[in-house]
Amino acid sequence: MALIKEPDFGTPERPGEATVSVEVDGMPVKVPEGTSVMRAAALAGIDIPKLCATDSLEPFGSCRLCVVEIDGRRGTPASCTTPVADSMVVRTQTPKVEKLRQDVMELYISDHPLDCLTCSANGDCELQDMAGVVGLRQVRYGYEGENHLDAAPDLSNPYFDFEPSKCISCSRCVRACGEVQGTFALTIEGRGFDSKVSPGAGESFMDSECVSCGACVQACPTATLQERSVVELGMPSRSVITTCAYCGVGCSFKAELRGDELVRMVPHKDGGANDGHSCVKGRFAFGYATHPDRVLKPMVREKITDPWREVEWDEAIQTVARKMRAIQDTYGPSSVGAISSSRCTNEEVYVVQKMVRAAFGNNNIDTCARVCHSPTGYGLKQTFGESAGTQDFRSVAKADVIMVIGANPTDGHPVFGSRMKRRLREGAQLVVVDPRRIDLVRSPHVEAAHHLQLKPSTNVAVINAMAHVVVTEGLVDRSFVAERCEGFDAWAEFVALPENSPEATEPITGVPAAEVRASARMYATAPNAAIYYGLGVTEHSQGSTMVMGMANLAMACGNIGRDGVGVNPLRGQNNVQGSCDMGSFPHELTGYRHVSDDAVRTVFEELWGRTLLPDPGLRIPNMFDAAIDGSFRGLFVHGEDIAQSDPNLQHVSAALEAMDLVVVQDLFLNETAKFAHVFLPGASFLEKDGTFTNAERRINRVRAVMKPKTGKHEWQIVCEIATAMGYPMSYDHPGQIMSEIARVTPTFKGVSFELLDDLGSVQWPCNDEAPEGTPTMHVDAFVRGKGKFAVTAYVPTDERTTSRFPLVLTTGRILSQYNVGAQTRRTGNVAWHAEDVLELHPLDAENRGVADGDMVSLASRVGRTTLRARVSDRMPPGVVYTTFHHPVTGANVVTTENSDWATNCPEYKVTAVQVALAHPLGRHASESSETGRLAGVD
Amino acid sequence: MAATVQPEERMANQIAANFRHVPGDRAAEAIAAHIRLFWDPRMRRRLLEVADRQADDLDAVVLVATQLLRQPQEASGG
Repeated sequence: MALIKEPDFGTPERPGEATVSVEVDGMPVKVPEGTSVMRAAALAGIDIPKLCATDSLEPFGSCRLCVVEIDGRRGTPASCTTPVADSMVVRTQTPKVEKLRQDVMELYISDHPLDCLTCSANGDCELQDMAGVVGLRQVRYGYEGENHLDAAPDLSNPYFDFEPSKCISCSRCVRACGEVQGTFALTIEGRGFDSKVSPGAGESFMDSECVSCGACVQACPTATLQERSVVELGMPSRSVITTCAYCGVGCSFKAELRGDELVRMVPHKDGGANDGHSCVKGRFAFGYATHPDRVLKPMVREKITDPWREVEWDEAIQTVARKMRAIQDTYGPSSVGAISSSRCTNEEVYVVQKMVRAAFGNNNIDTCARVCHSPTGYGLKQTFGESAGTQDFRSVAKADVIMVIGANPTDGHPVFGSRMKRRLREGAQLVVVDPRRIDLVRSPHVEAAHHLQLKPSTNVAVINAMAHVVVTEGLVDRSFVAERCEGFDAWAEFVALPENSPEATEPITGVPAAEVRASARMYATAPNAAIYYGLGVTEHSQGSTMVMGMANLAMACGNIGRDGVGVNPLRGQNNVQGSCDMGSFPHELTGYRHVSDDAVRTVFEELWGRTLLPDPGLRIPNMFDAAIDGSFRGLFVHGEDIAQSDPNLQHVSAALEAMDLVVVQDLFLNETAKFAHVFLPGASFLEKDGTFTNAERRINRVRAVMKPKTGKHEWQIVCEIATAMGYPMSYDHPGQIMSEIARVTPTFKGVSFELLDDLGSVQWPCNDEAPEGTPTMHVDAFVRGKGKFAVTAYVPTDERTTSRFPLVLTTGRILSQYNVGAQTRRTGNVAWHAEDVLELHPLDAENRGVADGDMVSLASRVGRTTLRARVSDRMPPGVVYTTFHHPVTGANVVTTENSDWATNCPEYKVTAVQVALAHPLGRHASESSETGRLAGVD
Repeated sequence: MAATVQPEERMANQIAANFRHVPGDRAAEAIAAHIRLFWDPRMRRRLLEVADRQADDLDAVVLVATQLLRQPQEASGG
């Protein structure tokens, strides 16, 4: 496919019912009221010359290149800042405006390097293009006057260069940083001739607050801000549209290549999830895909103490099949199983669970979503009837109150975070429920109305207290509840109990009652109020209860079933939603249908030709327990590093060591591979062909940018293992797998690769009732019929602080890194985060004699590690915080076996710990160990 | 929690704690239903073994639930 250049209409769309009719250069065009003359002309097929305008940004009117003449009006107004009026007659090419444009271009070029042939933007420079468009033939001012040609470049960022000598001060970068990204790291410093783009207060890009999202690079019309890969490799010549493999936002990108070499990833303007925006990970951190650490040949060994031996694919596959069958022959059909990955495509996940159910003959299939959002699946299924978020991302633009609970969107889901910040700048109110003062609480042009800084593990007490206010203060949406819900009376009676009042729960939660009351009133009385949440909700012993608690609150206030409202999980990994949809929980087939349902099983049995078991299989933590008791002895781990990401790693290690066969498929020899007998090399997202489903249920195509470096697609490998085990599985193309998924899954009935190629993406349910998908769920009725209020009694966690372990550890992620860091640590992103640090409050630091930067030991009842301290008042006293991106940190050495009561999702967010100054001369605890340990996975 | 506690014992007691607001018999039914829906058969067997061997370690309502789990289930129609 040739290089894709999306059309640029110059100014943003102005949606609206009312239209006006105008004439541009004799062409009639009808456009929504408020549309600019420039956009109206573009819609009529007439491109007015421009430099400072682009349709991702509000019009600015500074370059004066887009001037036009309008009948009946004086002068030559800028077409970007002039809205159309009915019956307006516009002339875009007259001798007067042509002369003006030439004059403007002369001025620009008189202070611009004339190095077009050697410039990195040659062929992709709007200044160059405009010089041609306006017919510039001379620069009468000469080039010898005072100029900016000697301005020093800023090469501090690992991914892009800033060459101020090429800057035309159009402010597109500054405006992109503010309007699109919402960081406001850039400004125009000085006046007149001294005007220049400046990161922060005259700092370098690296030292400024720039978050390297790439919006400025994207917006720059010249080579002033340019990807370093373009500088080094040259302009790409073709594009492949695909989907990012980092977080659950699922941004669409144009992978731009020169030949078969990937030059850059550019956010796709038509991407339904991202609308042309990106973050530092998706935009720039793709170098891991070609990192020399990647393993490209299959390997086997008899014992985990033996050295690896490279083998051909056939031998590796036969070894897996033979050993799996041997284990089953000795220990029974349920002695083996598999773990699928939320980083893999829907098609890959589907064939893995099919292999387990049809070839292994059991339900021992689980997914890494177990340890992140399994409570979402449980809680939303119980209350709404579907294990998925209710909205599309665009819905946030209609929210009047946004409640963010246990999530940090600007770091964890940055492109959605930018959408949210845009709405907050427009005036929406914000409530943050989080023990930590995340950036959203107060950042440029955004300030939370309320920050409920609760004690870790008390989410349910807080949500019940909010519900108490809603019920006892008469804020319930009675008509919604009466028409749409059931179980309200019992729930209302429960939350109205005095023990659930904000005053009664304040000693438990630490949140002032007045703040809870004000927040509840704000949420309940807003025209549209939306809840967004993350792992700070789910990774608790009451994760599922809290999900139901939020659903209760939304139903009670009628905040379900339209734009601007809803209960929305922010999924951690790219395909958490999809991996759950694809039947990779041990109790559910595709589409969240229980294995005990005879009718559902029959559908699969008839298609697959195998009898399926009606009982649930083992969940991941249960697999470890069963491995230790000897009843579970063979495991296929697909793209998941359980020896790094799962809690209580001593237990995990003991389980893996006890197994007869561990098969790992991954890009790298990860921690789990240390326990493996067979290693199957995996394919990066750039080599995959299939689909991912993001947090808004949007199914996006993942297209192969390059052939698999291993010689095989991952779905092929799984099929070959199943076949070698005596259950033939074969597909010619992943599109056939999706067709099978659609055949057996009512919510995917209308999905096909052809439809996705046609529409770009689609949000399930996609079937006869919704042939182009479902952006908003539960519009007229809940999926389960009536929305079900669930009584959500607060049960304190078993994890208690003691005199020995008096602090609570909670974990999270930062912008530049992703999960256990296997990918991002192999990119330039390490420039921002070379190590994990432990944030602790100044009071806790002082009590322990800890200063900022000291090495400290972090100990819980199950383990101990060492890391560097950062003294910060972002945490309340008594709570410490760390990220989990670097193996040497080892936070999962200290996390415990506690888990959500309903789903066994680990309680990563609450661990009683002690912090002490490490021996001043002591080495980092994990530096001497080969095995790094990390916490938390999503 | 002591490391020697059986996982099934710990999990069942935790489920019971989360159904504490439900009256006795209904709580036992809810617990049994939850375990049937989400637990692998070998885990259910282990729980029944705990009930036989160390009944005192189990919440009273879990014990009632184990009685329900011993009863055969009708085939599901979905």
